[in-house]
Amino acid sequence: MSSSVNWIGYKTIVRKEVVRILRIWGQTVVPPAITMSLYFIIFGNLIGSRIGEMGGFDYMQFIVPGLVMMSVITNSYGNMVSSFFGAKFGHHIEELLISPLPNWVILAGYVTGALVRGLLVGAVVIVVSLFFTELEVQHPWVTLSVLVLTAIVFAMAGMVNAIFAEKFDDIAIIPTFVLTPLTYLGGVFYSISLLPEFWQKVSAFNPILYMVNGFRYGMLGTSDVSLTTAYVIIGVFGVVLGGACLYLLNTGKGMRS
Amino acid sequence: MLALDVQNLRKTYANGVEALKGVSLSVEEGDFFALLGPNGAGKSTMIGIISSLVNASGGDVQVFGASVMQERSRAMGYLGLVPQEINFNQFEKPLEIVVNQAGYYGIPRKVALERAERYLKELQLWDKHDKPSRALSGGMKRRLMIARAMVNEPRLLILDEPTAGVDIEIRRSMWELIRRINEQGTTVILTTHYLEEAEELCRNIAIIDEGVIRENTSMKTLLAQLDVETFVLDLREPLADAPSLPEMEISLRDENTLEVTVSKSKSLNTLFSSLDERGINVISMRNKANRLEELFMRLVDKGEAA
Repeated sequence: MSSSVNWIGYKTIVRKEVVRILRIWGQTVVPPAITMSLYFIIFGNLIGSRIGEMGGFDYMQFIVPGLVMMSVITNSYGNMVSSFFGAKFGHHIEELLISPLPNWVILAGYVTGALVRGLLVGAVVIVVSLFFTELEVQHPWVTLSVLVLTAIVFAMAGMVNAIFAEKFDDIAIIPTFVLTPLTYLGGVFYSISLLPEFWQKVSAFNPILYMVNGFRYGMLGTSDVSLTTAYVIIGVFGVVLGGACLYLLNTGKGMRS
Repeated sequence: MLALDVQNLRKTYANGVEALKGVSLSVEEGDFFALLGPNGAGKSTMIGIISSLVNASGGDVQVFGASVMQERSRAMGYLGLVPQEINFNQFEKPLEIVVNQAGYYGIPRKVALERAERYLKELQLWDKHDKPSRALSGGMKRRLMIARAMVNEPRLLILDEPTAGVDIEIRRSMWELIRRINEQGTTVILTTHYLEEAEELCRNIAIIDEGVIRENTSMKTLLAQLDVETFVLDLREPLADAPSLPEMEISLRDENTLEVTVSKSKSLNTLFSSLDERGINVISMRNKANRLEELFMRLVDKGEAA
């Protein structure tokens, strides 16, 4: 198949996804803005003023990178899982399955759509945070690269979930019972240096800790983990999940009888 | 050149159901081909394998020489499919649906927009192009799926019951369109439960039942196999008993209607002159069933008996 066919096919999937995100903006962009505003008011302003400093920053400033990352993770995952499962459930995934597009183009198109939503919501949360605190990005490229790579990783995790899901309940299980606890325990609201040694060691097994801290390093210049370790962890998850997605698409799991 | 070459195709589902038991079939380029069979015969499984939506358990399928199993992308590039079930995103608008499908085949957006407009107009859907597709009627949704399948201008178009639930006027206009598409060089494979549709449109035919091909021949040859025909005659005056005529089966359906089964070797003039001699006036006459329908029932019944 020629590269121009793949390129046009990729752009079509991305465009379709972006149109969908914008068409249902009330479900995709507004809720995170409201939720994060509440986090900033309650945790940052009301409770944060009594906590004082954390990691050498105002508590409000400290939690901004974590909350941005939390929004990006949940939205890139949520976009992929709802869009891909919706296409599977409504059978319109067949439009792509009978087309000449190879599976890696389908994967790339959907991942880019999820990335766009993750970045869009991340940008909205950053704008909201500016109403509550001042921000100065210390390492822009680190900030951007960790953000993009994390969104890609969770988009692919969302696709694995969507492929295995057989009913709408199945696409809520992982976000509720796995993603949310790991995100909340991933250093969004605290530095793990505050935890007892045992719980610090347990936290080291949480991949989201590395993503949140990698992003916090980019924005504030402070982190509980080394930046190299954060990139390696994100890279390993990216490769494993990308391979899993392609394998599942190639076998037709849940899509081809 | 063969548009479709199916060799020893087998499919056994995970629940053990053997949907296809070594089916072989070929369709010449430019043909208008009917694939008929009762519900559960294996038609949809076969179409699913040809369009790569179902994984085969064995055998091979080639579309214009490209194996669906070995060169999926190339084979799919030749194909357009109108499935049995509505399978577009009902939150999208018809224009978006058709243009996006073109994009999946690598057609640039400008060309895709032109083609989408052309096919939506041909299928009388242009005035709905910007309305949510969930608001379309059942017939419009079926026509939208034809427009979507045509946008990549496929060399092989598979229509899986395209006129189900469509009113007669639209059905006739869809026949015209499909016939025109075929005349322009696209090979068409049609499955339908309206057998008069297959008889009207198709040149060659395969009848599949219980996962095997029962008949695969030209429409003309198949129809020639029908040795008797049954007619329904409406009478001017009521009759108490059915008349008895040599070499004809006659029964009284009601006092004003006769059912006559005549051998195809017999002239109908004999029937009418015999009735005339007995003072029976016929005011109208029609076939009891479509000719293909009669053959279809016989072939399927034969399969069941075996």
